[in-house]
Amino acid sequence: MLRTAAAIGLALASAIGVAQAQNLTMAVGAPVTSLDPHYHQLSPNNAAASMIYSRLVETDNLARMQPGLALSWTAVEPTVWEFKLRPGVRFHNGREFTADDVAFTLARIPTVPNSPASFTTFVRPITRVEVVDPLTIRLHTATPYPLLPMDLTNIFILDRETHEGATTERFNSGELAIGTGPFRMTRHANGDRIELERNDQYFGERPAYARVTYRMITNDSARTAALLAGDVDVIDQVPTADIARLRRDNRVSLQEITGLRLIYLSLDHMREDGSPFITDNDGRPLPRNPLKDLRVRQALSIAIDRPAIVARVMEGSATATGQFLAEGIHSHIPGYPVPAFDADRARRLLAEAGYPNGFRITLHGPNDRYPNDARIIQAIGQMWTRAGVRTAVEAQTWSTFVGRAGRQEFSAFLLGWGMNPDGSHPLRNLIACYNRDTGLGASNRGRYCNPELDRGLAASSQNLDPAAREQQLLGLERMALEDVAVIPLHIQTNVWAARRGFAITPRADELTRAQDVRPAN
Amino acid sequence: MALYLIRRLMQSGFVLIAMSLLVFLGVYAVGDPVEILISPDADQEERERAVRALGLDLPLWHQYLVFLGRALQGDLGRSFVFNEPAIQLILQRMPATLELAFGAMFISVLIGLPLGLYAGLRPDGRLSKTIMAGSILGFSLPSFWVGLMLIMLFAVQLGWLPSTGRGETAMLFGIRWSFLTGDGLAHILLPAINLSLFKISLVIRLTRAGVRETMLMDYVKFARAKGLTPFRVTFVHVFKNIMIPVVTVLGLELGGTIAFSVVTESVFAWPGMGKLIIDSINVLDRPVIVAYLMMIVLMFIVINLLVDLVYTLLDPRVRLEGKA
Repeated sequence: MLRTAAAIGLALASAIGVAQAQNLTMAVGAPVTSLDPHYHQLSPNNAAASMIYSRLVETDNLARMQPGLALSWTAVEPTVWEFKLRPGVRFHNGREFTADDVAFTLARIPTVPNSPASFTTFVRPITRVEVVDPLTIRLHTATPYPLLPMDLTNIFILDRETHEGATTERFNSGELAIGTGPFRMTRHANGDRIELERNDQYFGERPAYARVTYRMITNDSARTAALLAGDVDVIDQVPTADIARLRRDNRVSLQEITGLRLIYLSLDHMREDGSPFITDNDGRPLPRNPLKDLRVRQALSIAIDRPAIVARVMEGSATATGQFLAEGIHSHIPGYPVPAFDADRARRLLAEAGYPNGFRITLHGPNDRYPNDARIIQAIGQMWTRAGVRTAVEAQTWSTFVGRAGRQEFSAFLLGWGMNPDGSHPLRNLIACYNRDTGLGASNRGRYCNPELDRGLAASSQNLDPAAREQQLLGLERMALEDVAVIPLHIQTNVWAARRGFAITPRADELTRAQDVRPAN
Repeated sequence: MALYLIRRLMQSGFVLIAMSLLVFLGVYAVGDPVEILISPDADQEERERAVRALGLDLPLWHQYLVFLGRALQGDLGRSFVFNEPAIQLILQRMPATLELAFGAMFISVLIGLPLGLYAGLRPDGRLSKTIMAGSILGFSLPSFWVGLMLIMLFAVQLGWLPSTGRGETAMLFGIRWSFLTGDGLAHILLPAINLSLFKISLVIRLTRAGVRETMLMDYVKFARAKGLTPFRVTFVHVFKNIMIPVVTVLGLELGGTIAFSVVTESVFAWPGMGKLIIDSINVLDRPVIVAYLMMIVLMFIVINLLVDLVYTLLDPRVRLEGKA
């Protein structure tokens, strides 16, 4: 009798244990705004989409390309990429995935109405789509285009029969949120939570949890509290102020990785004569823009004590850098030094450039965009002032700041940039001359322009030999950095926190996904 | 009565149109939504496409006329971020905010009235002084901080209540409500308390002041002299007469709570309208901001009208005819 009771008790306990092990609740800091994977190109939306849908080319946690719905890809001719597709893949509603679905997806992307940030830039180079057989597709481009496979890591594949004529609203309601990904969606409460269920037919590694609740808690303190209270098992975007406390707490563990987001200063390269926020020490405008002088830019760069900012302002959750990408990522320049802090040399450089007594400048930045953004520019303001450039600091909300930065209203300003793991990404967008016709330099808000660099970039963009292309890019990155086109400060560390019993594989691209969580001790 | 209502409605119409112009101009003076919504690596061509897709290439007066024309047909525009009608987004989140606001209101009356009554009847008692001192805290503590302290104490330290979110919901009239399930009630308790603290203090103070004033009135003295029980004196003669200021203030407070419970909603991750509006402001989702403010204006107009009507029920001397 007692034995039976004990056995039942044991069975019950283990049943509860199993039930708990089947459920996962995560909380993310940025809201998912749409389940239409082609409506708004936004990290949180891409994270949610990568749980429900899959891509031809997937990326691993270090942002390296991996086979997804495509098993392999080769440039069969300089302007033709051929993708061999994975056989036997089915959508959540049972329909089979074929090359025709890829063709449908590529055609749908430019037609999504009202999109505030579409995926069109990734498919524009494709001039023709050729379905060779159900498991082979060829994409033709006008010129050799080595970046095509990487561009396709952004494109989630839909099903022609299911999604023909589908509107964004029908995705958001959950009706058409049907893909080939590791989870199927069961409920979507916009801006609050997404509920998911494991897709047992998934072609890749089987997710560890059968049921997932993906909650959005935008308030930093509330997210940490929900983790400590045990309401959620994993959180992302752990605020730097909480990191030290959570590290001491043995109920939770932190998982970190150096990310792809560079924090840097952009400088006014556009104006030859006088920059709006630069004056002499008496407050009179200067006749020439001192930032056009390389020695001044070098002085401003070495006047910044990057390790001090990382240690004191970022509380260790960043890596000081003198280049675009972190170690271990494609296009990282091996051994390229972090500019050493040297206030005396900065003063000498300023004197050589004709500013022995320095000048006055206002440094602008956002105060609600990047971790500790306002405090970073305050620290830099003090460092520059110590090196002889009397600096005022002005932080403002992102929604007004970014518009003004885009109209070249500032002299020096702080920005962040989430990199694709390829040197051409920062070079094309941040460094290349602003040019509407080529589509280059679209986020080059300081309007740096170096025609020699642009020529090199054009040559590399048609180079289909990966090794030779990377060498080309490294040379161009050096060229930009030696000319101090921008002043790199640090690369952010992405931090997740998990309750005991859970572990998440941290991703360089900041995406928080349920398939990356595993049970742990 | 009918004449009064018609006049009030016409006034309201003018207020709405004037507000729409103000709100529209105000919102459109701030920032550039495309810069915020666009993917950072979009090229110039893609940026121009986005500007056209969001209708931002038209001159301001043209945009306003388009907005006004659609608004007259009940369409307040589509959200840039969600690509859904703004009205629909707001209405989806309204039940969550309504139940939170009414929950807070209920708690504040439930706690505030008895305490205020007691403090008014025994103004010199030690307990009354404690109540009044406590009500100062309710006024002065920032709700952001109190909210976090409630979470730390009841969710993290004691583990009695869930920290955030809305919990299980049940359907009623085709809408999901949390107050119908035990789990939902557990979730609503902390945010409702947080939201009600200020209102409890307000009700205590209003009630106490009203009671002290009314107790000195002749009709109360007469009722006492007549030998009525203290119970009857308090709950019939005093209570009815102190309700007018309490109802007025609570009515306005209710509007404010529904419209601007932003802080509590974001601390407790409560998926209501307050959270929607703050998220929309951060990304300059103009149609949602405009639609939200228009709805709030409408709501205040309706609440004020209802408060005026309740007066007539509480105090027969109040007449709404307003002869001109």
